[in-house]
Amino acid sequence: MASKKETVPFRGTPEQEAALKKVIAELKDTKGALMPIMQHAQEIYGYLPIEVQTMISDETGIPLEKIYGVATFYAQFALQPKGKYQISVCLGTACYVKGSGSVYDKIQQLLGISGGECTPDGKFSLDSCRCVGACGLAPVMMINDEVYGRLVPDDVAGILAKYE
Amino acid sequence: MYRSHVLVCGGTGCTSSGSQQIMETLKEEIAKNGLDQEVAVIQTGCHGLCALGPIMIIYPDATFYSMVKNEDIPEIVSEHLLKGRVVTRLLYQETVTDSGVKALIDTDFYKKQHRIALRNCGVINPENIEEYIGTGGYQALGKVLTEMTPDEVIQVLLDSGLRGRGGAGFPTGLKWKFAKQNDADQKYVCCNADEGDPGAFMDRSVLEGDPHAVLEAMAIAGYAIGASQGYIYVRAEYPIAVQRLKIAIQQAREMELLGNDIFGTGFNFDIDLRLGAGAFVCGEETALMTSIEGNRGEPRPRPPFPAVKGLFAKPTILNNVETYANIPQIIINGPEWFASMGTEKSKGTKVFALGGKINNTGLVEVPMGTTLREVVEEIGGGIPGGHKFKAAQTGGPSGGCIPAEHFDIPIDYDNLISIGSMMGSGGLIVMDDTDCMVDIAKFFLEFTVEESCGKCTPCRIGTKRMLEILTKITEGNATMEDLDKLEELCYYIKENSLCGLGQTAPNPVLSTLRYFRDEYEAHIKEKRCPAGVCKKLLTYNIDREKCIGCGACARQCPAGAISKTDYTAPGKKLPAMAIDPNKCVKCGACMEKCKFSAIYKK
Repeated sequence: MASKKETVPFRGTPEQEAALKKVIAELKDTKGALMPIMQHAQEIYGYLPIEVQTMISDETGIPLEKIYGVATFYAQFALQPKGKYQISVCLGTACYVKGSGSVYDKIQQLLGISGGECTPDGKFSLDSCRCVGACGLAPVMMINDEVYGRLVPDDVAGILAKYE
Repeated sequence: MYRSHVLVCGGTGCTSSGSQQIMETLKEEIAKNGLDQEVAVIQTGCHGLCALGPIMIIYPDATFYSMVKNEDIPEIVSEHLLKGRVVTRLLYQETVTDSGVKALIDTDFYKKQHRIALRNCGVINPENIEEYIGTGGYQALGKVLTEMTPDEVIQVLLDSGLRGRGGAGFPTGLKWKFAKQNDADQKYVCCNADEGDPGAFMDRSVLEGDPHAVLEAMAIAGYAIGASQGYIYVRAEYPIAVQRLKIAIQQAREMELLGNDIFGTGFNFDIDLRLGAGAFVCGEETALMTSIEGNRGEPRPRPPFPAVKGLFAKPTILNNVETYANIPQIIINGPEWFASMGTEKSKGTKVFALGGKINNTGLVEVPMGTTLREVVEEIGGGIPGGHKFKAAQTGGPSGGCIPAEHFDIPIDYDNLISIGSMMGSGGLIVMDDTDCMVDIAKFFLEFTVEESCGKCTPCRIGTKRMLEILTKITEGNATMEDLDKLEELCYYIKENSLCGLGQTAPNPVLSTLRYFRDEYEAHIKEKRCPAGVCKKLLTYNIDREKCIGCGACARQCPAGAISKTDYTAPGKKLPAMAIDPNKCVKCGACMEKCKFSAIYKK
């Protein structure tokens, strides 16, 4: 569900714009280039606000509504900015039967946000994901690229404190 | 020449538990001891025993160290590598016997396994093409290009009996034959590496541990059907796999094993990567191709099948990673060799990702026809905590569960279908008596509702209605009519959905209804969850005879639901506590806190 909170204003820099244009120029003539372009754009900006989608549309000639359609279809594309620390709790089957649901609940409770949202200070954002493939460590969560495994709800506060 | 090779697992499981750091420390310690000319450190793919990661194997004697910690490294280097003394306390305990150390392949986890798709995983360095070639890699491609016609290649696959490992089990040779028959100026070979089934990770392991096997097989496929371009559609969530594939493609191009005029035969074939963006439906073949084209990954009706009109409207074949990983071996060893393994209609081996309530979580590859009992009890090492096996879930959100009564069924495509489950991509999640089957069915439905692409009505709306009914059941608000309605919906959605996602979405419900109807009825009629999982149906209580009145639970309670009573049990100094069921949020925090086991749920 989309959050009703105020969105952060778009703060793109000319360097980012130049990087995006370079990517588009390289990929433009490849077959099926739209998704790779969007993936690069998300790497450059961290998310895909309407301003970035418009730039892609202007440069490639692909209608904006198609780009918006693709952006909203795939879980990977974020229309809202993410937190400085992106928490992602695995709710894949192996983690779920080992109790990742209560770990997820605990984080929501501690941060006061729901899945898909970002804390007002922009520090943490929370998402659930489906299997990072570390089922041997279930239940698992990731904060940016750091993996935490064999979790119980009581571990959460201590782990989050490391990022305060 | 090195006198010893240290293989450290660099798969996702072990990387997550710190194997990269271990490799760094290892190299430092080896240099510190002046052994860097004698001992080589090699990063490999997954060994399969993910529960025991990080894993390290020291050759030539194949000593297997498990759950290695960074602080153990100096000891391993100075004792084992310098002085030649095995550090027994760090060994995988299964390999330790009274008379010494037993070989890894003789342990319960490995001895019944037969590794074909995983043969190089954990053995070679996946980032070095020469190691792949050193184990016979690219020989199959050479043989195909120089000695065989495309029809002969397809015939070998048909004779081998290889069926698609991605889920539906369609004969691979037949798929190729159809694509070959269609003339076109351009054809495509695609690889489905968008492993979306939560709890299955064999494709990731192959890509991380043996990426060239997939590239080689795709080139063989290109030759067989007459295609010059391949695409691998791989999950963006698998960064290590993506990285290794990029390296592998680059190295294969440099060695001219991809590109123009391969082996000087005039055959051209190249491969590009496309990153999936997190949509489960893109595992469906038409949806995957639509996604590669740069669109919303929605499926389309078949026919026309991809073999006629696939990617960019050209004839296309799509196979999954594990299927491809088998193909070079079939070409080299012959179809008879492959067909000698397995059951009558399911040949070869299958990789399973064991997860859930099982001791040896990890990847196992067994011949088709191995029984579930062998997989769970012998290879998997049974269920932890003395709990009882209840069911194994296969096939993920499209599959079903196998209850204890079918524990001895030989696992193959047809047997699993006949008992209402399916092979799927090979996720095998074990559940014990503390898992509620209604809750599991609801869990899968939540997944399908989220992942339904919305194109066809039965799937988009039907699965949502199913989830609502399941929610009612788990909250104790359902009637027996709801159960009938649920079943009716299942059949309706199965018959009328556009693609495999919708057609199989009701399976988790149907199979749990088939084997665990009593659990559904307990939720509905008695408002009780037999496994004690469904929160709304639980009540937490304090046994006032056991309570010493310390109040630890009340301090822990987030809802202020616990207060003092005026009853003091005989022999206790303080009055007992009690939980107000109207305020209780059923978080279980009090129960975890109580040191006197005075709190129970029912």
